[in-house]
Amino acid sequence: MSEDIRNRIVEIIAEQAVIDPSDVSMDQSLEDLGIDSLGLVEAIFAIEESFDISVPFNANAPEESEFDISSVGAIVTAVAGLIAAQKG
Amino acid sequence: MRRVVITGAGTINALGHGLSQTISAMKAGRSGIGPLDFRDADRLSVRIGAQVKDYDPEARFSRQELVLYDRFTQFALIAAQEAMARAGLAIDGALAERSGVVLGNSGGGLGTVEDNYRTVFEEGKNRVHPFTVPRLMSNAAASQVSMAHNLRGPSYTVASACASSNHAMGQALLLIRAGMADVMLTGGSEAMLCFGGIKAWEGLRVMSKDACRPFSATRTGMVQGEGAAVFVFEELEHAKARGAEILAEVAGFSMTADAADIVMPSREGAARAIAGALRDAGLNPEDVGYINAHGTGTTANDKTECAAVADAFGQAAGQVLISSTKSMHGHLIGGTGAVELVAALMALTEGVIAPTIGYEAPDPECPLDVVPNEAREAKVSAVLSNAFAFGGLNAVIALKKAP
Repeated sequence: MSEDIRNRIVEIIAEQAVIDPSDVSMDQSLEDLGIDSLGLVEAIFAIEESFDISVPFNANAPEESEFDISSVGAIVTAVAGLIAAQKG
Repeated sequence: MRRVVITGAGTINALGHGLSQTISAMKAGRSGIGPLDFRDADRLSVRIGAQVKDYDPEARFSRQELVLYDRFTQFALIAAQEAMARAGLAIDGALAERSGVVLGNSGGGLGTVEDNYRTVFEEGKNRVHPFTVPRLMSNAAASQVSMAHNLRGPSYTVASACASSNHAMGQALLLIRAGMADVMLTGGSEAMLCFGGIKAWEGLRVMSKDACRPFSATRTGMVQGEGAAVFVFEELEHAKARGAEILAEVAGFSMTADAADIVMPSREGAARAIAGALRDAGLNPEDVGYINAHGTGTTANDKTECAAVADAFGQAAGQVLISSTKSMHGHLIGGTGAVELVAALMALTEGVIAPTIGYEAPDPECPLDVVPNEAREAKVSAVLSNAFAFGGLNAVIALKKAP
């Protein structure tokens, strides 16, 4: 399951960055990948739709949001946590 | 050049029904923001807004009228009626053809659209009310105001998102200056506080769930409001000839486009609009005592706006007072510049600067005097009102004390 989550998130992020999923690594930040604020909210929307979860994220206070977006790996961990909490 | 003055003002918004209630609330620093109360609000993740309270449409309009008036049209008519009563102006004879109305709104009859989508999509009906189109169209408010007050000259609607009202009022100024009209009703109206109106905004993740705290380091985003404000703009000699009470002069206007990003604001585009309004009004930065900020309470707007004011004002940015009344009446989107002009007028006519409420902690990126939490007395002779829209469209108005 966690492999599936990771692959799906990588696909979503790669689509926003307009790169191949194989070029996305876990330690990269969205900034590294050239994803701007609009790309971020669109990626979060895609994550919510894909996993049928609700992601707590306010663009005005990203550091205070419970959702860690500091790297691709952090997003995978956060989404796995949300799935466990909301669908477990 | 023909000069333009304000001889009437009216409003309805979350702070009150009418100008005097609104001004009292602004002086007291009272918030009009509270829990949203409409159908399906429990399905929203953002559940606060600045709704018009204690409002009974049936007490204001007949059944035959209400069937044609979306909520945004009702608000516009109420504000226009107050403004015209205050101006003491009857529009008849030749003056009717020299009078018009330009209003700003962005959502138009969104509530009507939503109700009728429910009818056909949710309830599965195959028929909607025959007046759906004349209710929902964006020019419905301007057209109904023209009919209510016999305005037969230039009349239309301006939509530029959060700058709609400022663009509309700028158009009214320019029409009178150009000699195309002597009297213009202008301002704006909005009624986007419905399920779809908030649901669409939620997606951008710029809405606050608790309060609108412009310029505060702790700000968490914008809060939506609703309502209208309408002003009577009149050519100076026309107003003087009839002995009208002049509230202020509409001294300058400027509009610019960022040509950069569909949602992120630009310091350069905003600064250029502010500088342009000063130039058009023949003002130096140090002449301006107060700026009603766009001040949405988002991270991006507030720091960009402060930087733009610093660029346009130079040294004088250290003295000017700047506040965001959105902290009290919320963000009325297309109607917001109009309600905010009430605060700009209040500064000139009453010598009171409306506060930025909800302010908790200074943000080094917003290093201006934002009049935190409490209104302040100040003698000012010129003011600006900023509006910077999604889509990078900026419009700034300059008012001066009555000549």
